[in-house]
Amino acid sequence: MIDLHSLYQDIILDHYRAKHHSGLREPFSVEVSHVNPSCGDELQLRLDRDGDVVGDVSYLAEGCSISQASTSVMSDLVIGGTVEHALGLYDGFLEMLEGQGAVELDEDVYGDAIAFNGVAQFPARVKCAMLGWAALRDAILRTGGEK
Amino acid sequence: MTLFDDALLGARRADFPILNAGIEPVGGKRTALVYLDSANTSQKPEAVLKAVDEHYRYHNANVARAMHTLGAQATAAFEGARDKVAAFVGGVSQEIVFTKNASEALNLAAYTLSSRLSPGDEVVISVAEHHSNLVPWQMACQRTGATLRWFDVTDEGRLDLAKARADHLINEHTKVVSITALSNVTGALTPIREIADWAHRFGAVVIADGSQYVPHNPTSVADMGVDMLAFTGHKMLGPTGIGVLWGKYDLLDSLPPFLGGGEMIEVVRMAASTYARPPHRFEAGTPPIAQAVGLGAAVDYLNAVEERVPSRERGQKPKTLQGMSAVAAHDATLTEYALDKLLSVPDLHLIGPKVPVDRGSVFAFTLADVHPHDAMQVLDSLGIAVRGGHHCARPLHERFGVQSSIRVSTYLYTTTAEIDALVDGLMEVRRFFKVAP
Ligand SMILES: Cc1ncc(COP(=O)(O)O)c(C=O)c1O
Repeated sequence: MIDLHSLYQDIILDHYRAKHHSGLREPFSVEVSHVNPSCGDELQLRLDRDGDVVGDVSYLAEGCSISQASTSVMSDLVIGGTVEHALGLYDGFLEMLEGQGAVELDEDVYGDAIAFNGVAQFPARVKCAMLGWAALRDAILRTGGEK
Repeated sequence: MTLFDDALLGARRADFPILNAGIEPVGGKRTALVYLDSANTSQKPEAVLKAVDEHYRYHNANVARAMHTLGAQATAAFEGARDKVAAFVGGVSQEIVFTKNASEALNLAAYTLSSRLSPGDEVVISVAEHHSNLVPWQMACQRTGATLRWFDVTDEGRLDLAKARADHLINEHTKVVSITALSNVTGALTPIREIADWAHRFGAVVIADGSQYVPHNPTSVADMGVDMLAFTGHKMLGPTGIGVLWGKYDLLDSLPPFLGGGEMIEVVRMAASTYARPPHRFEAGTPPIAQAVGLGAAVDYLNAVEERVPSRERGQKPKTLQGMSAVAAHDATLTEYALDKLLSVPDLHLIGPKVPVDRGSVFAFTLADVHPHDAMQVLDSLGIAVRGGHHCARPLHERFGVQSSIRVSTYLYTTTAEIDALVDGLMEVRRFFKVAP
């Protein structure tokens, strides 16, 4: 039996209660809006891009604990890194979520995001966990992709 | 006798295989299913499953165009279902258009009535509409240059008629009024007759979205005073893939077709075609035949429901109701019970009327600062199925300053024990997310 606590790990609930990088900040290169139409979660995300580096990510979001915590963890992971690294993280995170438990994230690379391993067992919540990541990817693509 | 006649309710529940199969929820132990999402879709009784199965097994053929014996059987079954549905809402068979759901029925209405709209005209809906009775009218207005206006709701969640009257919301420019007869969020019943009479004084066409109303109440299109009524089979024990648009015959007959294709024509020439009379004008292509047959069986089932209610006079024996009055009585008893229980849960904020008057058995609420999607997940792990989200009514949630809500909805098979299980579940949600007592 899959335990509900494997979905709602403490790390997730901690991020949910105190979201990192929440609140829109200046300067920014692009702002994108994403929603999850089935549950109504809404996210406005700003990316400040400095060449091939993610200078800053900030956001204004309303949604469930999974979507909010995931966005918080994502911003921690990508700020200051390269755009290429961020897109790589996106791919790995999505692969894990769609893997139904067959794929696990590497803690050294993903840090707090490994707490989302449990989400893979709850297919209905994959979209929640991807909301922030999808917005980030969109923002990167709109600012020239990996270039 | 408890609130319900246990023998009657038990027998009714036994008709629904899914209610007795148990469930192994994601994130929880195998348990009994507590299904509280009937406003989303209802469960299906054996009689409906059997009707669909037998149709495919023994009577399957295309309708109207197949001339052989099986074709005649299938046509008779399909048209027989139309007769049953017509009688169910107090209409005549030629006024029943089968669609694939309420959304298509409302799109059909909006699209065909667009032929009458032009700039300066007004279409009136309400802020409480399901997106299915909102977006099609937005699209119609965008296409034609007509203006979309809407009723607000009061803080209690009821349609704000006083404000609408003061604002002359319905006036000589109004061409169409399309309003839900019962909100799928607040549960509030719309005074549809009053609105219809008001709109008719200006010659507007009045449409009721009966998706939530028809499955729960005795329906008479004449009493409602509307010109069209849309509803959907899957919320009234029927299969998915079948919906209904009832419309006054003369109105339907004055409207252009919606979709083009087989069955909806009279004569087709390469230059132009002439169209069939209603209802077939609006039923292009092979219709949902088995689904219509299933809906007919659902109507039969609903008409045969029995409910024993305590007599109002002291010392008298309980009274037995039948059909949709029985369904409505079951709803009323549960509504009173559920409101009482839900409002006793700390930090629960109900969106919609808190009194069991002029409301249906659908309850949307927030619980402290727990996100509805998270609350739903914990309830689901306990085998309790509810809906979390905006329930396709985003503007209404915005009106109440919330992004989403938890929605609980019951039907003729719901028990008071299930409401108790829900309340225990909500207390577990509080514990799980450490809501301060
Ligand atoms: C009030 C109301 N209108 C319209 C609909 C749409 O029904 P359907 O999805 O079957 O088209 C629903 C249900 O989803 C509803 O509750």
